Amino acid sequence: MKFGIVINEGPYTHQASDSALQFVKSALAKGHEIFRIFFYHDGVNNGTSLGVPPQDDRNLPNEWSELAEKNGLDLVVCVAAAQRRGMLDEDEMKRHGKDSNNLVKGFRISGLGQLIEAGIQSDRLVTFGD
Amino acid sequence: MEEEGIVKKFCYMNRKAPYGTIYALESLEVVLIAAAFDQDISLVFADDGVYQLTKNQDTDGIGMKNFSKTYSALGDYDIKKIYVEKESLEERGLTTDDLQALKYEDEDDDWAEKDSLFVVGRDELSKIINEQDVVLSF
Repeated sequence: MKFGIVINEGPYTHQASDSALQFVKSALAKGHEIFRIFFYHDGVNNGTSLGVPPQDDRNLPNEWSELAEKNGLDLVVCVAAAQRRGMLDEDEMKRHGKDSNNLVKGFRISGLGQLIEAGIQSDRLVTFGD
Repeated sequence: MEEEGIVKKFCYMNRKAPYGTIYALESLEVVLIAAAFDQDISLVFADDGVYQLTKNQDTDGIGMKNFSKTYSALGDYDIKKIYVEKESLEERGLTTDDLQALKYEDEDDDWAEKDSLFVVGRDELSKIINEQDVVLSF
């Protein structure tokens, strides 16, 4: 089956991202396809490169990044939600005249159309959030 | 922006108050984008989400943008199935008189103005949700 995943909450405060990570790993292990993982609302904060969690804790942005690299996953951060919350890639940094960017490797910033497309193209769209 | 002609039933569930969290505003942003995709769109307002459609919202005292007028523009985006859960209204002491009148112009009927807001009971709403291909809950 082809899954689309939506993550609506940021890392650590909420378990949504952890649950989604476990779900995606299990789905891949069972041979399912992940069409796209879309990060919305505070979920965009899962793409930050600036988090420094304690050493004995998980680093969710890095875990997503590694999982994406290993499995060729499409991790998309909503541009409108990201701009509000200070999540920028290099292009967005330049476009808005900011002096730094903070998107972890493996994530990309794009529009809400990517969420709708995931709904159209996936057999199931699964939301992790509040 | 057609996706190879696939048309799915998309339902956007709105269950939270308009202010206090950003879910209502960002849900509306999704719906406005979604309208460009030629999909079959329904909106549902239930639980505290029914407050999103109330008339005469005034956000001056809380420093938030009042985005409630955007709902009345949904008809222009060809969104004409907006369901409000009857029990959610009753539980909050609200009636349809407290809600904005939401209309659309029917192009198949000489652009006659028609209601796009429907108050439905919980049982009927569950049937409507059950018929959807994609449900996004905010």
